[in-house]
Amino acid sequence: MNNNVAARILATVGDYFVLIVQVIIVTLRRPPQWALIRDQLFEIGVLSLPVVAITGFSTGMVLSAQSYFQLSDKGLVSATGLMVAKAMLVELGPVLTAFMVTGRVGASMCAELGTMRVTEQVDALRSMAVNPHRYLIAPRFIAGTLMMPLLTIFSSVMGIIGGYIIAVGYYGMPSNSFLDPLPLHIKSFDIFSGVVKAFVFGIIIVTISCYRGLTTRGGAAGVGRATTQSVVICYSVILISNFLLTIALNSSFEYINAFLQRIGRL
Amino acid sequence: MIKVFDLWKKYGSLEVLKGLSLDIVGGETLVILGRSGVGKSVLLRQIIGIESPDKGYIEINNVRLSALSSTRRLEFSKNMGMLFQGSALFDSLNVGENTAFYLRQHERKLKEKEIQKRVKEALEMVGLGGTQAKLPSDLSGGMRKRAALARLIVYRPKIILYDEPTTGLDPITAMQINDLIVQTQRELKATSIVVTHDIKSAIVVGDRLAFHHDGKIREIAPKSEFFKLDDPLLHQFFENAIIPEEFLKDQKNQRQ
Repeated sequence: MNNNVAARILATVGDYFVLIVQVIIVTLRRPPQWALIRDQLFEIGVLSLPVVAITGFSTGMVLSAQSYFQLSDKGLVSATGLMVAKAMLVELGPVLTAFMVTGRVGASMCAELGTMRVTEQVDALRSMAVNPHRYLIAPRFIAGTLMMPLLTIFSSVMGIIGGYIIAVGYYGMPSNSFLDPLPLHIKSFDIFSGVVKAFVFGIIIVTISCYRGLTTRGGAAGVGRATTQSVVICYSVILISNFLLTIALNSSFEYINAFLQRIGRL
Repeated sequence: MIKVFDLWKKYGSLEVLKGLSLDIVGGETLVILGRSGVGKSVLLRQIIGIESPDKGYIEINNVRLSALSSTRRLEFSKNMGMLFQGSALFDSLNVGENTAFYLRQHERKLKEKEIQKRVKEALEMVGLGGTQAKLPSDLSGGMRKRAALARLIVYRPKIILYDEPTTGLDPITAMQINDLIVQTQRELKATSIVVTHDIKSAIVVGDRLAFHHDGKIREIAPKSEFFKLDDPLLHQFFENAIIPEEFLKDQKNQRQ
């Protein structure tokens, strides 16, 4: 029995990676129609702006309030701005944006593809010689991997603005002492880390949601189950891979930094 | 034209096709009769390429499907079409866009005007002229089926598979669908396979009839001879065609 479960999990993970490879091959061989990509860019990117803005902004405010409060009696108030900006750019921005996008976009992707699957619409695509990977997944994949980094940067900037407003407006911190350390200590490496994470999270969200959607069975109840599962799995995989990415990026700091400097010189 | 040989298919532990063999002649309409849930639709799914068999092969025009790469396989199904049991219209697209779907995907050189003209013709043929802007969710079951048929007719496939075309429709709508299938057949000169448990439908649309039982084709004969076959299982199927089996069982129980 245990062997069976292990075999099933392995088979599923294998299937999942096959799907990713197939989507990439199909996309490179003949990219999907622009209209389909455009719809997804709008759906994933533009329509997620409000929720991502609210998340980033309020997280920035909280972070600022806590930093100021916790650091003030230790004489470290001047680190508030840096604290907020660094945390938003490398950790909270990517992860929280990924969470919001999973909830807003991933869940609806999974439910939509799941419904198409159980009502034979995916089969209908095949019957008309249309590759479901190209038609359904590739546009979402392209849009998701492009939009996640942009949304993340947007969210981080909103967070820094929120933090600034609280620190300067509410606690009366001098504007200079909040802003001045930022250009000094925030390196292109920090922004690079955030963007890499967001890119990977984009791949995770789209592929898990689409994979789970396309493997849905069992009518409306099946669609519900698939959606819940895809969201839970996305969250877990995002958190675990965030940890691994952090370790990997930080430990290769020197190489990445040298690489970024070379690009900067060009 | 279509040759199915020794086809096996298993879902989990459930053996659905057990060495099914079948030959379909070009231009004919073959009706496969059988009880629900015995894997008649599964056969269609293998032919159109949504699934592949565990064992055995399918040849269309002497091309063995399993020998094709997945890209070639997809390319190969361009001249095939399937009418799904639940219609399977794309519910994010309206009726016009659904009907134009194939043309927009595969016949990129067609002008928009030409596409609209062909969509209009196809929809008029199934009696849905002027419904282009409606969404599938606004249509009744019968209309949805007709729209799905229009989506097929518009690209004139050479092989058409019908999965339970009249199931779940009232008798009058069912008859309209049957007539449409006959008309489609006449105009496109396609080769068709109809899977159904509706005997009336089989009589109207079929040239040859086959009886599917226990994962195999048990009987196959031209329409004129099919009902004279001396097969107890087939007779049982005819007798119970109108009255559902469960209902008969209940009656028996009551009598005891």
